[in-house]
Amino acid sequence: MALRNPPLRDVHTARGAKFTEFGGWDMPVEFDSIRQEHEAVRESAGIFDVSHMGEISVFGPDATTLMQRLTTNDVTELDPGESQYACITDEEGIILDDTVVYRLPDDVDGDADTPSYLFIPNAGHDDQMYDRWERHRAEWGLDATVRDDTEEWAMFAVQGSDAPGLVSDVAGGDVLDLSRFEAAYATVAGVRCWVARTGYTGEDGFELLCPWDDAETVWSAIDCQPCGLGARDTLRMEMGFLLSGQDFDPEANPRNPYEAGVGFTVKLDTEFVGRDALERIDREGVEARFRGFELLERGIPRHGYAVTDADGTEIGEITSGTMSPTLGEPIALGYLPVEHADPGTKVRIVVRGDGKRARVVTPPFVET
Amino acid sequence: MTFEVPDEFRYTESHEWVAETDDGYRVGITDFAQDELGDIVFVELPDEGEELAAGDEFGVVESIKAVSDIYAPVSGTVAAVNEALFDAPELVNDDPYGEGWMLELTDVDADELDGLLDADAYEAQTE
Repeated sequence: MALRNPPLRDVHTARGAKFTEFGGWDMPVEFDSIRQEHEAVRESAGIFDVSHMGEISVFGPDATTLMQRLTTNDVTELDPGESQYACITDEEGIILDDTVVYRLPDDVDGDADTPSYLFIPNAGHDDQMYDRWERHRAEWGLDATVRDDTEEWAMFAVQGSDAPGLVSDVAGGDVLDLSRFEAAYATVAGVRCWVARTGYTGEDGFELLCPWDDAETVWSAIDCQPCGLGARDTLRMEMGFLLSGQDFDPEANPRNPYEAGVGFTVKLDTEFVGRDALERIDREGVEARFRGFELLERGIPRHGYAVTDADGTEIGEITSGTMSPTLGEPIALGYLPVEHADPGTKVRIVVRGDGKRARVVTPPFVET
Repeated sequence: MTFEVPDEFRYTESHEWVAETDDGYRVGITDFAQDELGDIVFVELPDEGEELAAGDEFGVVESIKAVSDIYAPVSGTVAAVNEALFDAPELVNDDPYGEGWMLELTDVDADELDGLLDADAYEAQTE
């Protein structure tokens, strides 16, 4: 199947980006160097093209009910211009995807006085999530419209301590009034964008949704280090943030929100697919926990490496690992049975057949 | 983008270089290879005295984003390894043909060098 291209494919190529396939998209992985891009975000600011992220619009009289029944969090807590992180689970409580749900101003995109939402599935999940929403909408006989707008919106993340200033310079000062997880329509470099104070780096900053055809105007108006998916990955790993399809995956690595460390997204007093299973898991306790690892010897832990106890018995697996550019130390994330998951527990990570000493920790690895 | 390919060196299709020195032959990875890998953060090298056959995997170089095996371009005995890379693996990025060298081999059969790529042939491969 042909890869999908972000709207600025040619702009990034001209800037010297290297590309990688991710979630069916051909995306910039590195513009200059992962280390340089990572440091820019931690010390000043960087801009990421994350147009591979999905956008699904849901509006109409029953939009709130549909969103509530298909996400773990409580969408009724959202006023227009607010957002929340949530999981999308199956009947067994297994995470299918994680997402940010935005409540849009009610008079935009939908009928007047009816609720309107936008949620952001991960790269390559937009088709599947559109189908899931549309199937359940029909099955439950709800009066709502579901639309896959993934290729209507370009998405940029501007992240770092200088990001608010950079965005407000071109969007007007009102965006600085947005608190974390708040969002509003604002005009950025003359283009009407959905501007949200959200991100995936642990730093302050914004995510901007702008019309696909106006992407270059917005991208070029924000003058800071362009960053690829490589730095996005190292930044999120330092924070211990989950990567869909890797730190959880319904096929390869089925996990529920409690063991994945995102139980705070589960509101058992709401009705949603997976609720009953999750209530049981909450009552009985989880079997495994998502943890961080610090390596005490030379080596770099990577996705798929085995974790053993001190005696060499396999007890878990690394789901993400890298050399932390901020710390200059190897870091990793993965799951351990609860009896081995206490912070400080000594374990071994098997790097090319060699069990390297490591210690269990609780992320984040870096304070921001 | 153009990469440095010294004329007097020999190359492998897997992006190692070999160059004759006063004491033997030095081995490393090419400018093209270090650029493809990106920021190099870890290098694993064999022990001194180890005997390698041409094509043997002798170590590993890891960047932030990738793990890559490195192969002996020719047969020989490991006379020295560049221990500076253990603390400063970024030397492979900064100076792949100089301070970023990896191995020094002795007991090399010079005939094996003839089977390797010359600079023109290697450059053609990377275009």
